[in-house]
Amino acid sequence: MTPKIDIDAVTKYYGDRLVLDDVSLAVSRHEVVCLIGASGSGKSTLLRCINRLVDFDHGEIRLDGVSIEDQSFGATGLQKRIGIVFQSYNLFPTMTVLDNITLAPRRVHGIKRAEAEERARHLLALFGMEDFAASYPEQLSGGQQQRVAIVRSLASRPDVLLLDEVTAALDPELIGEVLRIIKGLKDEGMTMVIVTHEMGFARDVGDRVCFLEGGRILEEGPPAKLLSRPEDPRTQQFLQRIIEAGRL
Amino acid sequence: MSLPPADAPVDGVAVRRPLPPRRRDDWRKAVRPTVISILSIVIVFGALGWWITSAAQWPRVQLQFFNVNAMAEAFPRVLSGFWISMRIWLTALFCIALWALVLALVRSLRAPWFAPFRLMVVVYIDIFRGIPVLLLVLLFGFGIPALNLPGLPNSALFWGSVAMILSYSAYVAEIYRSGIDAVHEGQWAAAKSLGLTEAQTMIYAVLPQALRNVLPALMNIVVALQKDVALLSVLGVRDAVREAQIYTATTFNYSSLVVAAGLFLLATIPMARLADYVTRKDRERRLQRAG
Repeated sequence: MTPKIDIDAVTKYYGDRLVLDDVSLAVSRHEVVCLIGASGSGKSTLLRCINRLVDFDHGEIRLDGVSIEDQSFGATGLQKRIGIVFQSYNLFPTMTVLDNITLAPRRVHGIKRAEAEERARHLLALFGMEDFAASYPEQLSGGQQQRVAIVRSLASRPDVLLLDEVTAALDPELIGEVLRIIKGLKDEGMTMVIVTHEMGFARDVGDRVCFLEGGRILEEGPPAKLLSRPEDPRTQQFLQRIIEAGRL
Repeated sequence: MSLPPADAPVDGVAVRRPLPPRRRDDWRKAVRPTVISILSIVIVFGALGWWITSAAQWPRVQLQFFNVNAMAEAFPRVLSGFWISMRIWLTALFCIALWALVLALVRSLRAPWFAPFRLMVVVYIDIFRGIPVLLLVLLFGFGIPALNLPGLPNSALFWGSVAMILSYSAYVAEIYRSGIDAVHEGQWAAAKSLGLTEAQTMIYAVLPQALRNVLPALMNIVVALQKDVALLSVLGVRDAVREAQIYTATTFNYSSLVVAAGLFLLATIPMARLADYVTRKDRERRLQRAG
């Protein structure tokens, strides 16, 4: 069966610095893959290559067998099918929560305002945020903002969701509410690629965990195995540091 | 063993309650500084006023600058001139806001084939920020009508205003651009990942934030322009300053100019207060976000 996302020998340089070194990774439909590794290991860059926020130098990435650089996606086809949620939410501060969510459906996908708003309110209700439709992002807590950001990316009805350290900017007591939502999305069959520092979360929600270092995937496997009995000494060393930091 | 709560009564000892606030004292605290300030103001300003008006030269100064009869006589014409000043101000504001936005947007375009246009804007801004406004007003206001260009207006007022607009737009474009540059890269990433085009990103996401961020700086420009329109009087435009000068030329009394100055203050001081208010609101909003 064709993988949902097929990353094929992708190489990426920032200037002279090699950040992705011949990375290959296939993600199946409904699969949740977690990317772990130290800062600068290339995991966020890899994630951003998938929806072309970052252009890579060599290799190919395919969505359902079609290269993401294919003309058939047009200007917005890829963005409609792949959603991304950022560490710092990146909500538009001058717009209400509702306008943030309906912006892409209305302006990019040409959905009528009334319909877009109805769908947005429905999604907000699913995430317990229906009372905040008229609020501005700055009036919300970090956890609430991140929930809105997730709703915003879901409003385009993507079939893949990319999560870039979505809990890293949150206070510890707010992390849980966001992680519960992501678990819910997994239960509904969303295909996800997740960059995370939360090893407990990777263990709970990931079907597979990949450990990156120096722009390469050094080791991958089911979370139970990779997080408990890693084979590569560098993975062991990384996890040891995480344990010492009290994050596992 | 468990410790009793800190405020639990101890056997045989009455619970110590905090004393009620001493209202009389509060009242005194609030009023005394105010009374002292008012007294101090009255004494200092009264002394200054007495000192000035009792000076030997004061009657001459008063006759020259604060002659009530001359003021009343000049007032209607100065006021009608001031009305023209304010109309020029509003028209110029509108044109500057739009033209500067065009300049800033062209300068912010990222695609490589816009390089010549970006360069044109950079050169434009360098030139118009580098030349005194008065010189531009003279150059445009007297120079261009003298050419008798077909199909274009020939009035000094029109071309003088164009000079003001071109000059001020160079400054305002740079303010806009600083606002656009200050919008976080994450906003662009978010907009792009949602499928918005560069133009849509600019219109819906970036510009509203950029304008909100530079509003205090723009308000200062608004106030500055409000009085700089007086520069057009050198072209013979019968604005407040010109009308006052005409009166002065026939009577050798400068009270009319003081009237014009008063009218400008009446207009600029509320604008300056508004600018302060906008700046304060902006700072409060930022602090709120940081906290």
